[in-house]
Amino acid sequence: MTAKVVTVTSGKGGVGKTTATANIAIALAATGDKVVCIDADIGLRNLDVILGLENRIVYDLVDVIEGRCRLRQAMIRDKRLPELHLIPAAQTRDKTAVSPSDMVRLCDELQNECDWVLIDSPAGIERGFRNAVAPADMIVVITNPEISAVRDADRIIGLIEAEEKGPAHLIINRIKPELVKRGDMLSTEDVLELLAVELMGVVPEDEKVLMGGNRGTPVALDDHSAAGHAFRNIARRLKGEDIPFLDLTNHGGLLGRLSKLLHPGGR
Amino acid sequence: MGSFFDQLFGREKKSANQAKERLRLVLIHDRTDLTPGALDMMKDELISVISRYVQIDSAAMQIGVEQRGREQRLVADIPLKPAGRRRRS
Repeated sequence: MTAKVVTVTSGKGGVGKTTATANIAIALAATGDKVVCIDADIGLRNLDVILGLENRIVYDLVDVIEGRCRLRQAMIRDKRLPELHLIPAAQTRDKTAVSPSDMVRLCDELQNECDWVLIDSPAGIERGFRNAVAPADMIVVITNPEISAVRDADRIIGLIEAEEKGPAHLIINRIKPELVKRGDMLSTEDVLELLAVELMGVVPEDEKVLMGGNRGTPVALDDHSAAGHAFRNIARRLKGEDIPFLDLTNHGGLLGRLSKLLHPGGR
Repeated sequence: MGSFFDQLFGREKKSANQAKERLRLVLIHDRTDLTPGALDMMKDELISVISRYVQIDSAAMQIGVEQRGREQRLVADIPLKPAGRRRRS
């Protein structure tokens, strides 16, 4: 097997990088693929708690890089999904403990160990971002349909292109269809028109994401969660399936359709 | 909040549309590092250079940045003044 390295990044913090990484990893592992997640957010690790694996950490990413343990020893195996593994970030160090070439070497070593390496990038555009992006075969940018998140996503996409790591793939997270419908939230089409990148997925706002985080059981494991369904679709698209995007912007109701008819531009 | 009819006929500008318009301008600036002030200066200089060769309608001249995909283009629309008509007989 030859692993594909996918880095999840965003520029702005708090848009759902860790949530997306955890859920896509779970959805991929549920299909039987072997997945290794790497938390590259050194000093601010969180992928461990979102995945519910925080109590099983012995070694971390920096231990591997500095030679205190073997790669296999730092890979925590998920008991729910035996194909899912996590290499946690170090919590008491900072981003300078790892270099981009360290990350490339680590991913080379994982090349024959698994089908997917998913890297959870820290926010920002500095060292931590460059570490996360260096080994990537593919980069997924997460944004929210908000002015600041879209602007930062555009910056990140520009940097990805400058590093010749493009084209970037976009996930629009936490979209609220009812706000889009009444014209108070950027729609999927708006964001795509502004950023001009390929769409990888649209994830609706879903309180089950928060509850899943509370419990350490990501929503991709929940058959009844709308966000979970969206993340499972993203995993299938990553595997090359052609899955239509969830239709979140249908202008239902007579009034909505009438308004659209009278004023086609004003959505 | 506008009235029901304003909403119905889309007279009131929706906040999402405002966000989109504002982002469109901000992204052009972010991507090109070209400020509106610098664009104005460039416009004035272009007018003086071009005027040395041909008469232009400088008041109607338009210059701006357009987005095509992830590519930015500087687009100028410079109307020429008709040359004095010489009659040939």
